[in-house]
Amino acid sequence: MLDADFFRRWMTATAALVDREAERLTALDSPIGDADHGSNLQRGFTAVTAALEKEAPDTPGAVLILAGRQLISTVGGASGPLYGTLLRRTGKALADAAEVSPEQLAEALRTGVDAVRTLGGAAPGDKTMIDALVPAVDALGESFAAARDAADEGARATTPMQARKGRASYLGERSIGHQDPGATSSALVMTALAEAAGE
Amino acid sequence: MSDGKLVGIVLVSHSAEVAASVADLAKALSGGGTAVLVAPAGGTEGGGFGTSAELVRAAAASVDRGAGVAVLTDLGSAVLTVKALLAEGDELPDNTRLVDAPFVEGAVAAVVTAATGADLAAVEAAAVEAYSYRKV
Repeated sequence: MLDADFFRRWMTATAALVDREAERLTALDSPIGDADHGSNLQRGFTAVTAALEKEAPDTPGAVLILAGRQLISTVGGASGPLYGTLLRRTGKALADAAEVSPEQLAEALRTGVDAVRTLGGAAPGDKTMIDALVPAVDALGESFAAARDAADEGARATTPMQARKGRASYLGERSIGHQDPGATSSALVMTALAEAAGE
Repeated sequence: MSDGKLVGIVLVSHSAEVAASVADLAKALSGGGTAVLVAPAGGTEGGGFGTSAELVRAAAASVDRGAGVAVLTDLGSAVLTVKALLAEGDELPDNTRLVDAPFVEGAVAAVVTAATGADLAAVEAAAVEAYSYRKV
């Protein structure tokens, strides 16, 4: 079973990975975006870590809701409301259970990913974070490691895609040949989840 | 009319200068004088380009007189931030609406309409209609 500590580890592991990969995320965001993805997420997850320490939420749902709210408030770019909605909706779906099963997390995360799709209007194949998150959630029934690998593969698969959402979509065919920064950071979030699970 | 209370307008742009200028322009064209309730929420709190949920919340609260708040945005994170705040339920005043309208023309239409004491639905309709003003 997964308790509030597990979810805190997931968030702090995400913050550490985002710190480590911030330059790479921003570099990916330079040719097709506005070169702020790494620094925006860094600011967001630094705020998440600080808020979790200060407020010490004691259920899985409360950890994710607090984290989501911090991201919406502090990121300043589109990834704030998108990741914020992902975590908050996932957290709301977990309600106030003190512990949840991996299956319950998988189901809740699917609710969160659906909310992100509704918010941003992106579908698989649009070269967005959805391209990493959807395969990850599909694989989560198998294991955390499988979800991590599926997200990685999904992020890499965005390279030949033409962007249909966000600023990159203005570039049309020129967006082809670049890995999507949002799908890449989504893969980091899933890597952090597998780390929290010790996989 | 809505009990003599005016609908508030919030203008959310990636740029503080754009939001503030469009607010000034709309006020100047509205003839509503100081009674017009329009607040800009531009850029990040640090003064950079982007969207600040905090500035959006503060702007909406500052123009809320109970008759509703119409929010107009430019693009990208401005749209997504407002939608995410609305989805949260308790972040923005009751009866706050994201209005689907062109930023400059929609803001002028919304502010002019709100200055007459029109209700939120009428303000929204005026702003949305701005999409249909063809220029050529």
